[in-house]
Amino acid sequence: MAINKKIKELQEKREKILLGGGEQAIEKQKALGKRTARERIMALLDEGSFNEYDLFVEHDARDFDMDKKSLPSDGVIIGSGTIYGAAVAVFAQDFTVAGGSLGLMHSRKITKIMDHALKMRMPLIGINDSGGARIQEGVNSLAGYGEIFFRNTISSGVIPQISVILGPCAGGAVYSPALTDFVFVVDNISKMFITGPEVIKTVLGEEISMEELGGARVHSEITGNAHFFATSEDECFDQIKKLITFIPWNNSQKAKALDPGEPKPEYNINKIVPDDPTLPYDVKDVIRALVDNSDFFEIMEHYAKNIVIGFGRMGGRTIGFVANQPLEMAGVLDVDSSDKAARFIRYCDAFNIPLITLVDLPGYMPGVDQEYAGVIRHGAKVLYAYSEATVPKLTVILRKAYGGGYIAMSSRHLRADFVFAWPTAEIAVMGPEGAANIIFRKEIMSSDDPDGTRLQKINEYKEKFANPYVAASRGYVDAVIEPSETRKFLMHSLAVSENKLIQMPEKKHGLPPF
Amino acid sequence: MNQIEKMDFLNIDDTLYKTRLSMQFKNRKPFKAGNPSFVLSFIPGTVLDILVKPDQVVKKGDDLMILDAMKMQNLLKCKMDGKVKNIPVKKGDKVSKGTFLMELE
Repeated sequence: MAINKKIKELQEKREKILLGGGEQAIEKQKALGKRTARERIMALLDEGSFNEYDLFVEHDARDFDMDKKSLPSDGVIIGSGTIYGAAVAVFAQDFTVAGGSLGLMHSRKITKIMDHALKMRMPLIGINDSGGARIQEGVNSLAGYGEIFFRNTISSGVIPQISVILGPCAGGAVYSPALTDFVFVVDNISKMFITGPEVIKTVLGEEISMEELGGARVHSEITGNAHFFATSEDECFDQIKKLITFIPWNNSQKAKALDPGEPKPEYNINKIVPDDPTLPYDVKDVIRALVDNSDFFEIMEHYAKNIVIGFGRMGGRTIGFVANQPLEMAGVLDVDSSDKAARFIRYCDAFNIPLITLVDLPGYMPGVDQEYAGVIRHGAKVLYAYSEATVPKLTVILRKAYGGGYIAMSSRHLRADFVFAWPTAEIAVMGPEGAANIIFRKEIMSSDDPDGTRLQKINEYKEKFANPYVAASRGYVDAVIEPSETRKFLMHSLAVSENKLIQMPEKKHGLPPF
Repeated sequence: MNQIEKMDFLNIDDTLYKTRLSMQFKNRKPFKAGNPSFVLSFIPGTVLDILVKPDQVVKKGDDLMILDAMKMQNLLKCKMDGKVKNIPVKKGDKVSKGTFLMELE
């Protein structure tokens, strides 16, 4: 009988703690369109799979009357469960308990599950919903953040780390998501900033709302801090589950292959790309014409749209796609698109995901603003990331590949394993107009009919260099192929690259142009 | 892609590419060379003190103004030899970044 009593005692204790900050606080949370921390975990993980740890942890702060306060589970829930049957570690901050503020024990719970995830080599998903540091705990709170950032960094490239921003995430707290692989945000719910609107108003006299300063749209479109934008928590969780299907569980594994499928016939690869290199098209349609079931999962869809990155499958295997987007800013490489592409390339390399690069760009973006913003340093990231990557690298030059842009976009010279070009490819130092104006400058200037001569010289240049055959004659392009042969060539190249092995010189680490 | 959509053009190396332009590109400011005779606030803040008067002769390196910003008292130094022509702000004014604070001649 005594044991029943003890079990009942446990059940009562649990029930009390599971209410978190109490019914009133939960009501407030719901009024904001937000779920509670536990509901979020349940929505994300396979049904009934969640095992919670450290339910009974309490804070031990003494100052400012904190010793008289009880904070259930110290405002954060940790544990592990499964998504599609595979184990993941999770923490979720509970805004109903002291605003999800981070004190020492709160941080210890987070670092405990982080250590666990790293040791067990499984993904870590962190749900952030916190007012920030628990001021009453002073430097202990800062120490807690530091311990989290350190673990984020050490785990980087070993296990996948996913951050979900479902509430405020301000001050130092923002640096944990920034150190992780993917950041998910939800419209009207997520708020991220270093200093909030009030501080900005007092110190700088500038007025701005939280949403305008660090809302989901801001981070998806302007700052590039977020990778996935959703309009509801449900949509956000679906995105996370979909992402999880594309990535491996740690850096010593490959992503799980699914059943292969064929691209949908409505994406006719022969008809997507216009012959005239100055005309736009949506490069995502080319990707959809190449991948299984035409299913392309785009990352950072709303940021630096002149480059497209994301996952798709070929023969069931995950592939990372990088493609210039002629529809946006003519597909140029600039500061933001270089940064976006380089980080994704490094992600794929860290987690054994082969890269396919689709090339159609006029080069790097000219302009004072770009030069001042450091396009040299940022542009170099692309070169660095491709050169450094040892996963299979496959390149298809669809149309124009001019100048530095040609070199940067996974060229043979940066050790692409296979480079294919369509007959529409133009591989040259620059476009025919620019080249003719420089090479034939004197002839054009001294001609009786400069415009006519210019046109004639442009055509001469086009005839000679605006094609894939000069590069193919040098072996820089392995094969000139018909668009309709592309999937076949890529699938074969991937099969050939299955056991690719490259020895790089030993070093502590390189110095990418961050 | 919507074929009817009206597109812009972007000039790269004398070639015009038909494409969409980003807001960032459309909103970019054309380059203007800095002019030492215009003193602008390099940071948003409050004018704590003005150390010169109109018509006062100043030398390169002289202190012109104290701008209180980010919990610091920032000294604005003179970048040329000349004379103070115009001070459109007064003590206590809150100024945003790039505000015109003083003209020299």
